[in-house]
Amino acid sequence: MTLFVSQIVDGLADGAIYASLALALVFSYRSTGIVNFAQGEMAMLSAYLVWQLMAWGMPLVPAALVSVVISFVAGALLYAAIVKPLSHASLLTVVSVLIGLYLALNSLAGFVWTYTIKAVPSLFPKAHIQLGAFSVSAETVGIIAVVGFVLLLLYLLFETTKIGLAMRGAASTPDSAVLVGVSAPVMLLIGWGIAAALGALSGILVAPRVFLNPTMMFGVIIYAFAAATLGGFDSVVGAVVGGLLVGVVENLVGTYIPWIGPDLKIIVALVLIFGTLLIKPDGLFGRKKVVRL
Amino acid sequence: MSDVVIKPRLPAAVRIVVAVALAVLFLYVIPFAIPNYLVSQFATVLAFAIAIIGINLVTGFGGAITLGHAAFVALGSYTTAILVVRYGWSPYATIPVAAMLSWAAGWCLGFPALRLQGLYLALGTLVLSITVPPVLKRFDGFTGGVQGLNLGNPEAPAFLPLDDSQWIYFVCLAAAAVLYVAARRILSGPLRTALAAARDNQLVAAVMGVDRATLTTATFAMSSLYAGVAGSLYAMIVGFVSPDTFNVMMSLSLFVGAVVGGVTSIAGAIVGAMFIQFVPIWASDIDVSLGGLVFGCALIVTLIVIPAGIGGLGERLFNRLCARLGWVEGADAGHPASEAVREVRNEPA
Repeated sequence: MTLFVSQIVDGLADGAIYASLALALVFSYRSTGIVNFAQGEMAMLSAYLVWQLMAWGMPLVPAALVSVVISFVAGALLYAAIVKPLSHASLLTVVSVLIGLYLALNSLAGFVWTYTIKAVPSLFPKAHIQLGAFSVSAETVGIIAVVGFVLLLLYLLFETTKIGLAMRGAASTPDSAVLVGVSAPVMLLIGWGIAAALGALSGILVAPRVFLNPTMMFGVIIYAFAAATLGGFDSVVGAVVGGLLVGVVENLVGTYIPWIGPDLKIIVALVLIFGTLLIKPDGLFGRKKVVRL
Repeated sequence: MSDVVIKPRLPAAVRIVVAVALAVLFLYVIPFAIPNYLVSQFATVLAFAIAIIGINLVTGFGGAITLGHAAFVALGSYTTAILVVRYGWSPYATIPVAAMLSWAAGWCLGFPALRLQGLYLALGTLVLSITVPPVLKRFDGFTGGVQGLNLGNPEAPAFLPLDDSQWIYFVCLAAAAVLYVAARRILSGPLRTALAAARDNQLVAAVMGVDRATLTTATFAMSSLYAGVAGSLYAMIVGFVSPDTFNVMMSLSLFVGAVVGGVTSIAGAIVGAMFIQFVPIWASDIDVSLGGLVFGCALIVTLIVIPAGIGGLGERLFNRLCARLGWVEGADAGHPASEAVREVRNEPA
């Protein structure tokens, strides 16, 4: 029982990381209809940025905050420089450019920081919190708390501020939004910025667990894809629920199904993605796509 | 579509010269006149070219983006390796088995993939490709696990004055030639029109009686067959298979090769294959990470500067040159333009 509960809690912590990266995917998808294949690599660069800032003598927490802010700017720049010019391009062009970006960013990290792994300290102390019969690590609790806090901020941004309303408008009905004076390109710019910042958060949270290296996000982005697909690519709630579900399922499957075990957990993502797309292509929370012929 | 308006037709003399030049290049210059270590690299180029033709079929002509072809290459490679190592088969006999298995796997995967339109297919195939190495490692009793399987290079028959790398080069050349001609035949008939219709306007295609579902599945299966044969040959060239060879980088490399060579250019596949074979080797002399950087930039630059790829550009220049010289179909009848138009209209839907 203790093992079961601790697996679920660990799953939620993993899930929170997947949820933040899945949210990043959802934000860029909602604003521009593009699945950003390079999102994981951008997150990886953000994590390297933290390491670099710390190597230059900055303490961890400010370094993480600076990295998130720089990632926001970089995400916005990426939209302006690469994604916006592609808004009328064919799907093949869009996918190819993002794959190109993925390859280039991955190699860029290897070029600047080499392929040897680096350690990044965790944001949270190494303590354990005792809750009755079982204990959870402070890191697990911390990750869930940080992601929860960020989600709360996002909720407040979208539901209570004028800019949030404008962003929702620009994403759902761009033409009408323009008519009431919303600058759609600026909103999409902010959307991509937020996506990159959320990606940075996931990168910074996962880096201490897997060590810093150019391929560190491979194992995260695949679950984030699964989470976003499961929840529905255009649903914010879906990404969060999907992320947590994927995290928990992945951990339980890895622990309790010996045939799969920790090595083959990745197949959970594959099964979830193909299963969702076959049974309910719009995901659990996604809006049904209606096409007028 | 702009790609078949005027069909070039070369005079017989020019055809013979071109054929002889190609024969000299592929049958003499590459196997005998260049340094020996390059010969097996060119064999790899041919194997990659076969896989890229597969991607051309499904992505360029079928309009479905696949980022996971290394999964089928892996299937072909492991079929060959397992049959040779565990069951003592002759490596050549495994090629048809690899082809059939990959075709069947492509058919099974193509069926759900049909429902995955556009981005979702790209995503699904990418994830499939990421899953392959862990699965291969998990079933280590059969696949050899992380250590891989050592099947050795097939030896050249004693009666031929060839060394092993020249021999495998000729094996690959024969396979590539057969599959190249097959792809051209598939794409020169009514199927090309049907595929283009299903790709460009599904509604019109359906009205015209094109069953997009079956057509796309069949194309996907055919493209997997190409990847499987490529994998089988690749296993023979390297003489060794291991899970991490068939990682997501290989899938993406093949995709880069297809785009750089031109997704709708069958002949461009060889250019794309040379690109992905030689660029990383040259780049890694300078820096380990340069290869990926060059790949990424090449992908973006190709799409911006020449969206049809190097092969597509070459074909367009060739067609223009033929038109300038009057080497077009029906030119001797005196009305090249009307003949060309009739040619297009006569194509069955």
